[in-house]
Amino acid sequence: MTEAILELRSVTRVHGHDETAVRALDGVSLAVNAGELVAVMGPSGSGKSTLLNLAGGLDSPTSGDVIVEGKRLGDLSRSGLAELRRRSIGYVFQSLNLIPSLTAIENVMLPRELDGASTRRARRDALRALDAVTMAQLADRFPDDMSGGQQQRVAIARALVGDRRLVLADEPTGALDSQTGEDVLRLLRARCDAGAAGVLVTHEARHAGWADRVVFLRDGTMVDETAPMASAESLIAGVSQ
Amino acid sequence: MSIRFGLLTLLQQQPMYGYQLRQEFESSTGSTWPLNIGQVYTTLSRLERDGMVVVTDEGDESQRVFAISDAGRASVRDWFATPVQPTAPPRDELAIKLALAVRTPGVDVRSVIQAQRTSTVRTLQEYTRSREAAGEDLSWLLVADSLIFSAEAEIRWLDHCETRLVRAGHTAARAPGTERPAHQPVAIEEGAKK
Repeated sequence: MTEAILELRSVTRVHGHDETAVRALDGVSLAVNAGELVAVMGPSGSGKSTLLNLAGGLDSPTSGDVIVEGKRLGDLSRSGLAELRRRSIGYVFQSLNLIPSLTAIENVMLPRELDGASTRRARRDALRALDAVTMAQLADRFPDDMSGGQQQRVAIARALVGDRRLVLADEPTGALDSQTGEDVLRLLRARCDAGAAGVLVTHEARHAGWADRVVFLRDGTMVDETAPMASAESLIAGVSQ
Repeated sequence: MSIRFGLLTLLQQQPMYGYQLRQEFESSTGSTWPLNIGQVYTTLSRLERDGMVVVTDEGDESQRVFAISDAGRASVRDWFATPVQPTAPPRDELAIKLALAVRTPGVDVRSVIQAQRTSTVRTLQEYTRSREAAGEDLSWLLVADSLIFSAEAEIRWLDHCETRLVRAGHTAARAPGTERPAHQPVAIEEGAKK
């Protein structure tokens, strides 16, 4: 499993011009493989959200390349980019941005329908995605009738419906309590173990603990990263020392 | 102290041999704090001396079965009813290191902090993994959570130290190629997000 789903190559993003120019991100390179969850940590203003927006094609770099599933985002037309965003990339944000007037399943169907899938096909895909987050039995509930944790599970289902293999999560546990927040991370971890590539932006170390690799940003540059993890078995032995 | 009460609590379930006690202690704490058999017997002989346990079978050390006495049961009850008191603050190498780093010319304190942060986050990843791999054993989950939350507390404290350094205008060397003040991008990035 060494297939890079997301690759940033010397990505720089400058806001403003001349004297007021600020390098929100400065020469950052990062590759996230299938099956891998990478956490990005850093203080506010370190460039975490900029990195995620660039990775998701919501913003373009001033220089450098963003490559998703082998496609350079800079080479794509506006509609090509929109299509890639819909088909390849899922987003989970801090605020639970489900559409309140749609049921759980309708929320999850939406990206598939926008993509031109038939209602029947979209429904089938959505049900499968809800099932993967153990929410199939609440498919016909409206967001207001669900707990925060359930809403976030639906948001993750929506992020992963269809064949999308890149999940971008920005503080996805938001205001959830620690146990429910943990369930959300466990789910994200499970989706990555099942072959998705994940990027998790967080300032909470306990959440970053779920990642395979943690990179640290400061003032727009990557200052450090943790070494890749060994196998789980050898770690249990390691803890007792 | 924790070994003494740990062994007594286990004896409340049933009389046990020394090696059995050691096994039970380790399995209920996820083998986080391994005991050697010598510690177990030393603690048991003190407990016997203090009337907290009685030996129900004589013989050589490994053949002796220990049972809790009424005084021992009372002692366990008191232990659960009494909060654990922090002893004098343990000498914390990291706190001492940072306290001295800010006074030592030529030390890049932010690099010291970052190196520690990377290392502790890495430890946190390992704890998280081993907890997930360990299944549903409630005792071990609680111990693992304790390790995870302590590591998290250390990282939060490191974040706080770094903020404090920046606010205090501590002239730590910055990452190469960044000449601007560290606080400047905050407002701009937040603004650009919307």
